[in-house]
Amino acid sequence: MAGFLPDWVLVIKSVLISIAAIAFLGPVTMMYLTLLERKVVGRMQNRIGPNRVGKWGLLQPLADGVKMLTKEDIVPTPADPIAHFLAPILIVVPALLVFAVIPFGRGMTAVDLNVGLLFFIAISSTTTLAIFMASWGSRNKFSLLGGMRSVAQMVSYEVPMVLSVVPVILITGSLSTNDIVLAQGGWGGLKWFIFTPWGLLAFIIFYLCGVAECNRSPFDLPEAESEIVAGFHTEYSGMKFALFYMAEFMNSFTISALAATLFLGGWQGPVLPSWLWFFMKTYVLIFIMIWFRGTLPRFRVDQLMNLAWKFLLPLTLINIFVAGFWYFAPNTIVRVLMSAGVLSLSFWGLQKLNQGYAPEKRVYQFGD
Amino acid sequence: MTHLYDIVKFGIYALMAFSVLAAILAVTVRNLFHAALCFAAVLIGIAGVFLSLHADFLAMVQILIYVGAVMTLVIFAIMLTERFGDNSSPQNNSLTLAAFGLAIVSLIAFSTISVKTRWPIQENAGALHLSVGELAYALLNTYVLPFEVISVLLITTLIGAVIIAKKDRVS
Repeated sequence: MAGFLPDWVLVIKSVLISIAAIAFLGPVTMMYLTLLERKVVGRMQNRIGPNRVGKWGLLQPLADGVKMLTKEDIVPTPADPIAHFLAPILIVVPALLVFAVIPFGRGMTAVDLNVGLLFFIAISSTTTLAIFMASWGSRNKFSLLGGMRSVAQMVSYEVPMVLSVVPVILITGSLSTNDIVLAQGGWGGLKWFIFTPWGLLAFIIFYLCGVAECNRSPFDLPEAESEIVAGFHTEYSGMKFALFYMAEFMNSFTISALAATLFLGGWQGPVLPSWLWFFMKTYVLIFIMIWFRGTLPRFRVDQLMNLAWKFLLPLTLINIFVAGFWYFAPNTIVRVLMSAGVLSLSFWGLQKLNQGYAPEKRVYQFGD
Repeated sequence: MTHLYDIVKFGIYALMAFSVLAAILAVTVRNLFHAALCFAAVLIGIAGVFLSLHADFLAMVQILIYVGAVMTLVIFAIMLTERFGDNSSPQNNSLTLAAFGLAIVSLIAFSTISVKTRWPIQENAGALHLSVGELAYALLNTYVLPFEVISVLLITTLIGAVIIAKKDRVS
């Protein structure tokens, strides 16, 4: 090929191949995640789930896709046409872009940016803009309420999420997702960060915040069906609704993939090929997300905010110091014991401090 | 490779034109919400310009802080105003001329400073890629004083916001 084509065509070709791979992987992942979720939640609720279209319902996502495409697209008369139209398109862009820095296997990162982790966090933080556009553009009170909730939640959970990643950056000394995976290569591919005290805590915090960032249950207040219809996408139908859905599922995939990369060793692992390890770890995390949805009831707004600001945030700050100590500690036994001790003590202390109290008599500030 | 450079160059100019256009729209559009969205587009465009200058870290921080956090606050603030989404809100007040003058003065000042300063240019500037370690070293060693001053400022605003938002005790 190199002999036939000019250099610049080769460069563009190599770019196009990775773009095409991602543009294909994202939607296909989303389609089958919907099926997986319906199946798993179905089994958890003692149902069977979709099983009519194709063997084990395997063609159900295609049928859903056809249904979504042929549905009528309804735009409310008072809606802001530009914002209402652009929001579902813009919400897919960051969800697809973050696939670029995820290391799917040995040498299988689409773009090995040296600021890869920061890229992921920065790009996924722009999702709030699209949600704002959707909620405001619909001119619907439920949309607006859902949008406000969603943005408040995403802004709050972004803080502990970013801070929980700091120990990993501290230990590896790099923001590149590839370097982070390579740093977990010892012990025959099993020296994952989750096997250290700070890594375990950071993983739990990161994963919880990730679930909250995707607006998934038990943090699904922005879409709480029983309170505000469907939140910011109340006024969307057909393919536009499908795009919101797609962004949400792709986000839950990428968050699980990033959690696996940062704490579960990414594609590192013995015997099996690297990409298989990566997808196994990611799908285990996705399964846990679905499991959450099948078992946990929804939080209240104040509980949600308290968890982020009063519990997770202080814990991540302590965790950063513990990781620093780990880096400089003289020998293994001292650092394992000390950091595990400090972390469990602060966990216990924060839990005690956060325990709500029930007043004996209710006091109403504004109503008699 | 020359064709590729031409394509990239064209992309960068298109990006700059997009940013300028969005900036003009941000100050001329009547609808406050649309103005805020145009402003967000400007910030993303600036991040793209940083990226084209090989300042990856700066570009990412620009998106994270400005597009992710500051824009959210701006839109929250707009949503709390009374004339939100109203096309009849006035676009200028008695300070318009003064603000325009100040903008011109600061433009001249900044451009003079950036042209007159002798920037330390390295030999291999084309292949320069800042590592996290170097950045941390610069922030916590060479530039530790401005760094700390900024953090004190941020803490002050944080405490101020808490005091303003604090509930008054019921007497």
